[in-house]
Amino acid sequence: MVAIYFREINAFFSSLIGYVVIGVFLVLMGLLLWVLPEYSILDSRFATLDTLFAMAPQVFLFLIPAVTMRSFAEEMQTGTLELLVTRPLSDWQIVTGKFLACLTLVIFALLPTLLYYFTVYQLGAPPGNLDSGGIFGSYIGLLFLAAAFVAIGLFASSLTQNQIVAFLLAAFLCFFFFQMFDLLSRLPIFFGKTDDIVQAIGIQYHYDSMSRGLVDTRDVVYFLSLIVLFLAATVVSLGRRRW
Amino acid sequence: MSVQVSHLVKIYGAQRAVDEVTFEVQPGEVLGFLGPNGAGKTTTMKIITGFLPATSGTVKVCGYDVVAQPMEARACVGYLPEHNPLYRDMYVREYLEFVGGIHRLPNVRARVEEMIERTGLTSHRHKQIGELSKGYRQRVGLAQAMLHDPQVLILDEPTSGLDPNQIVEIRQIIKELGREKTVILSTHILAEVEAVCNRAIIIHRGRVVADDTIETLKSRMAGQSVVTVEFGQAVKSQQLSALPHVREVKALGSNRWQLVASADRDLRPIVSAFAAEHRLTLLELRKETLSVEEVFQQLTR
Repeated sequence: MVAIYFREINAFFSSLIGYVVIGVFLVLMGLLLWVLPEYSILDSRFATLDTLFAMAPQVFLFLIPAVTMRSFAEEMQTGTLELLVTRPLSDWQIVTGKFLACLTLVIFALLPTLLYYFTVYQLGAPPGNLDSGGIFGSYIGLLFLAAAFVAIGLFASSLTQNQIVAFLLAAFLCFFFFQMFDLLSRLPIFFGKTDDIVQAIGIQYHYDSMSRGLVDTRDVVYFLSLIVLFLAATVVSLGRRRW
Repeated sequence: MSVQVSHLVKIYGAQRAVDEVTFEVQPGEVLGFLGPNGAGKTTTMKIITGFLPATSGTVKVCGYDVVAQPMEARACVGYLPEHNPLYRDMYVREYLEFVGGIHRLPNVRARVEEMIERTGLTSHRHKQIGELSKGYRQRVGLAQAMLHDPQVLILDEPTSGLDPNQIVEIRQIIKELGREKTVILSTHILAEVEAVCNRAIIIHRGRVVADDTIETLKSRMAGQSVVTVEFGQAVKSQQLSALPHVREVKALGSNRWQLVASADRDLRPIVSAFAAEHRLTLLELRKETLSVEEVFQQLTR
């Protein structure tokens, strides 16, 4: 598992993928937070990082599928998966190694945004007048969200040899789990308590809840279950040659 | 007992890709897996490596069942799949060190250097795999299969697509390996089996049609001389089979016969002497030789 993890990390940074992902994320975030007038923190007159936490999931929606699309699709296409699964490794070890590697890349992209926190911290009047607890919770929420997207992306990649199909499928599934349930819950057929349940299946509900700075066990359990569910689905999908 | 395959069956849909295949291979043996394309060679190998499950039957590698104890079984197998899949964007040394890491080898670097030297990759060790020519890629494939010093090597068409010099070199490596390890290699080139294997299994439509040492197979394959003869008069088959060195007598038609003897015997003088002795008219006397290819074709028709 460790060997797979480091191979994947090396693959990200010896090709352009790693730098492009980090670069695109930071450029987009930088523009949204500091330059574009509609979202800019400087124009909002409030010392918050709300824009970051509102926009980062939208960017992840297409960036994370781009990171994960090759993980299994490429190995299936070139046949290297056959060598990998006949080594003394369990399918879980392979999937976990790749999952952690993709997640690490996303964390590398997120790390520089901590700088924004210190900037906004200094910009507050008086300095330090911002909701640190809320920001901490939001970061945790964003990490869980990214991990869930990575798990979904890996699953999509394990379904097909075609990287483009893997990307589109992952982007669709991520969007579906992120916002679709929230939107569906507004349908009139869900009334009374059912709309709450439908809403709670989606990621958005739990992400928003964490953004309030309250790390609720229910939300953590939700994210962990979603991640494990998709990793397990990936393992099952890898084993389908045995059917 | 390094590899034990017993009553292996693999069914794809309605097709029996592998049908009741049973064999054993010992250490120090290089087993050639012969057969036309689609005969079931690759499927059998994929089952031995644990990539595919068998429909029924068992495979044991180094005493470990590939289904019940997959980790132990896989640890003692080195595998070179059919099209030698490799990560094209990795460097030769980087890739081999990655493989060593998966197998948790102590002293990975030293072992990788050793393999690079042994497979003749020294001058290419800092290149990207994608830049290498096919022959050198094949060496990388062999190096990754041998890296963890496995007891059993499964090589699926290790020399396909190589030029004649490269074929000779790769065969030399395989031969050296075969001294202490168990090697199973598949091919459809008969000369290859003669050059590197000490035993061969011919497989056709999923069934084993021959399993013998190369010497026996060779004598069985090329080991017949066949003479076709036609007399002007009627002859009894007992008379012909009583002739010296005749192994087999087959009637081909009215007064036409086919006589079979071992390869080093020429039956023509004997038959003409027989004809003269019995005052028979010889209408035809022709020697036919069976090449290795022909016997292979006969077995796999």
